[in-house]
Amino acid sequence: MARALINVPAKAKRGEIIEIKTLIQHEMETGYRVGTNGNMIPRDIITDFVCKYNGEEIFRADLFPAIAANPFFTFYTVATESGSISFEWIGDNGFTAAETATITVE
Amino acid sequence: MQPNNDGLHTTRRRFLGEAAGLAGGLALLIAVKPASATPETMRAALKRVVGEATLHKGKVKLDLPPLVENGNVVPLTVTVDSPMTATDHVKAIHVFNEKNPQPNVIGIHLGPRAGRASVATRIRLADTQTVTAVAELSDGTFWTDNIQVIVTLAACVENM
Repeated sequence: MARALINVPAKAKRGEIIEIKTLIQHEMETGYRVGTNGNMIPRDIITDFVCKYNGEEIFRADLFPAIAANPFFTFYTVATESGSISFEWIGDNGFTAAETATITVE
Repeated sequence: MQPNNDGLHTTRRRFLGEAAGLAGGLALLIAVKPASATPETMRAALKRVVGEATLHKGKVKLDLPPLVENGNVVPLTVTVDSPMTATDHVKAIHVFNEKNPQPNVIGIHLGPRAGRASVATRIRLADTQTVTAVAELSDGTFWTDNIQVIVTLAACVENM
């Protein structure tokens, strides 16, 4: 299981725009590099990232090999209600990772 | 002795000529071989996203350091000037490059719930090139910004 770091404010005022930061451990092997044995290293990247706020999708990204290793994202959302914010990463070779954060909206 | 010497001379000359030709051919092969996005493939990738719609300049702000020391980790920020309401928001942001092996860098899908149309991530750049960001708005218009980046250490295709 890849390690993931997420940063979501624990508390927010209703209607406030909050910043979300995510970082996940992943090689993001491009598939264009040659290994020590002279063969191409096969592609192994994260292809999709989805963030859902209480089940509703608020942010989605299609990743390409041009994303640096350990994909990092900063994005914003409006704090509408208390609940959970879930994060999901899907990649090559059956890679999946998921994290959840809770937020209290006053 | 003379003809023999002459014969040797011509073969040597031919050998050198052929060697030079071969070296040239090899150099061409090496220059062509690495799969590389070109401004044409970038335009094709752009067209797949934009279609026949016209690209307007403005609204989008693409933030990248103008001089990149390490192409493996390049901080990138795209901000779109939009109120992000249900009727007027950014639907998607796409980033393209000219000289990486693939023209696409990232595609991001947003909605009115984003509150602020701003995304930051870290990308790879294989060469000194122009990076382009395109934003698709809810009214169907496309806005763009591009930036020229100088890269001193290339990413993506380096060997181990």
